[in-house]
Amino acid sequence: MASNQDSWGTRVGLILAMAGNAVGLGNFLRFPVQAIQNGGGAFIIPYLVCFLLMGIPLLWVEWSMGRFGGARGHHSTPFILDSFDKRRFWKYLGVFGIFTNIVVAAYYCYIESWTMSWVYHTVAGTFDGKSQEEVAGFFGKYVNLDKSFTGIPYEPVVFYVICLALNTFILSKGLSGGIERVAKIFMPLLVLFGIFLAYKGITLKAGEEGALFDGTLGLNFLWEPQFTSLGDLNVWLAAAGQIFFTLSVGMGTVHCYAAYVKKKDDIALNAMTAGWTNEFVEVLLGASILIPISVGYLGIDKVVELTQTGALGLGFKTMPFLFEQWGDVVGTFAGVAFFGLLFFAGITSSLAMGSPWIAFMKDEFRFSQNTASWTFGLVVLALGLPTVFFFNYGVFDEYDYWVGTVALVVFALTEIILFSWVFGLDKGWKEITSGADIRVPIIYRSIIRYVTPVMLIVVFLGSLITPAGGDWQEAFGMLFSGEGWPLADGSIFAKLSNQDIRNNLTAAIASGDTEQVTFLENKLLYVNGSRIFLTAVYLMICYLVYKAYRNRNKEGRISS
Amino acid sequence: MNTTALVMMVSAQVIILGLTFYFYRKVLTSPKREEPDSYSENDDDE
Repeated sequence: MASNQDSWGTRVGLILAMAGNAVGLGNFLRFPVQAIQNGGGAFIIPYLVCFLLMGIPLLWVEWSMGRFGGARGHHSTPFILDSFDKRRFWKYLGVFGIFTNIVVAAYYCYIESWTMSWVYHTVAGTFDGKSQEEVAGFFGKYVNLDKSFTGIPYEPVVFYVICLALNTFILSKGLSGGIERVAKIFMPLLVLFGIFLAYKGITLKAGEEGALFDGTLGLNFLWEPQFTSLGDLNVWLAAAGQIFFTLSVGMGTVHCYAAYVKKKDDIALNAMTAGWTNEFVEVLLGASILIPISVGYLGIDKVVELTQTGALGLGFKTMPFLFEQWGDVVGTFAGVAFFGLLFFAGITSSLAMGSPWIAFMKDEFRFSQNTASWTFGLVVLALGLPTVFFFNYGVFDEYDYWVGTVALVVFALTEIILFSWVFGLDKGWKEITSGADIRVPIIYRSIIRYVTPVMLIVVFLGSLITPAGGDWQEAFGMLFSGEGWPLADGSIFAKLSNQDIRNNLTAAIASGDTEQVTFLENKLLYVNGSRIFLTAVYLMICYLVYKAYRNRNKEGRISS
Repeated sequence: MNTTALVMMVSAQVIILGLTFYFYRKVLTSPKREEPDSYSENDDDE
């Protein structure tokens, strides 16, 4: 038998830990920006539809797969997936459930360390009296490792190591003594800070505290429904993508947490409660902070422009300047609340990312909690340092794209096919409803079997061949007229061929900008190097799984 | 805020808040399973 006998302390603790896993930086940064980039209020309807048709089914599937594997002594996805079918290749697809977590943790902890650093700089008064451009410049210098603002050399690296060490220390205390305890303290604090900031955002009045517009202007932009865009495939793809990332499905963390739930105990209600807690934080709090405050000070056009480069810019480059407008005391408190809230959201997610590796090392190689946790810390440090040192060369973005985006969809598609088609939905439905404290609507049998897999396939194909400018109609027109398919830079095929870097390189060569040419050539090298490195990491975990399988064979511990 | 945006926002918030509270209430009022269950809180209460 496996030696992994950890357990949850309380049911509410498990739900809060699971909700903490889902609630992340994306709830406050990505969601409002996605809404803005996809037509404001038009976004919420597809978003909620995707939650019902894709998010909830995946939550139920992952919780029940985790509990099913846990009953057989497996607490990480390679052998959880293996226990669902006699064919032995599934465990190598289950490697995604460890690989994704350690890679995402590597760069996610870097952003998490920024939130720690921004709390420190808010309290230390680094942003006091600075213009918006100066605050934005601070971010640029910080990630370039150009300048230390605290006198500590390589300040971002120091914050990163502290953040990672804190994660590792909490993980070493186990499920109930570490992760659950942190979730029980940080989740309520996150909600309290969120309510304070949402109140400030919504009650912002034009002409007061330097605001140019009412905070409700931002809310209006976010919530005004534009029903015509319901026919826009891009809006649906964006909504499906957001649901995917916000719930942390397709990662293997849900399986790992649920593997410690016994068969007779409920998972259906637990999954609903954790899922809806995430929606509460995202839609009620996340939508009421960033946009109302930034629109109140900058106006809709400027905010739309700022979000073109992603959510991090608005959060880290702009918000400290806006909080400064509220005066010394309230401004400092708001800055601490905002970046503190992001830190709480981040750490409850990064702790979840550590769990599958730890569970795997404990189950398969009989590591102690402490040893497994510190190996996680070291592995993540080794994976993460390239994202810190070569941030500007796109290493961070490569990790995020291939592992934090593409791998999630691939793994979710794998698990839902395994669960509803290979294992069979009759047995699968029994797993979902066993011990349930709620009646699971029977319609979800068909949704899990047909609708969710089809939605995942559409999302995957959509990202594979996303057309330039998101214009599908024009792309099909060009295809049928023999001009070929115009790929967007962000599509999987275009990424594989480094379309954006090569186009920029051609332009730089044409303009004779030698500095830019050298930079882009180096970038190409780092980008390709990251992909080879990530592939090697995946194969190394496959090798560990192969060794574990051989050990299990020798000990007669192979299930099914 | 205009009326449609307000209706949209309030409806979404009421639905989400209502369901979140409903599920938490259900969790807190569901009868506990017999030991040994998945949670260690009552393990010493035999």
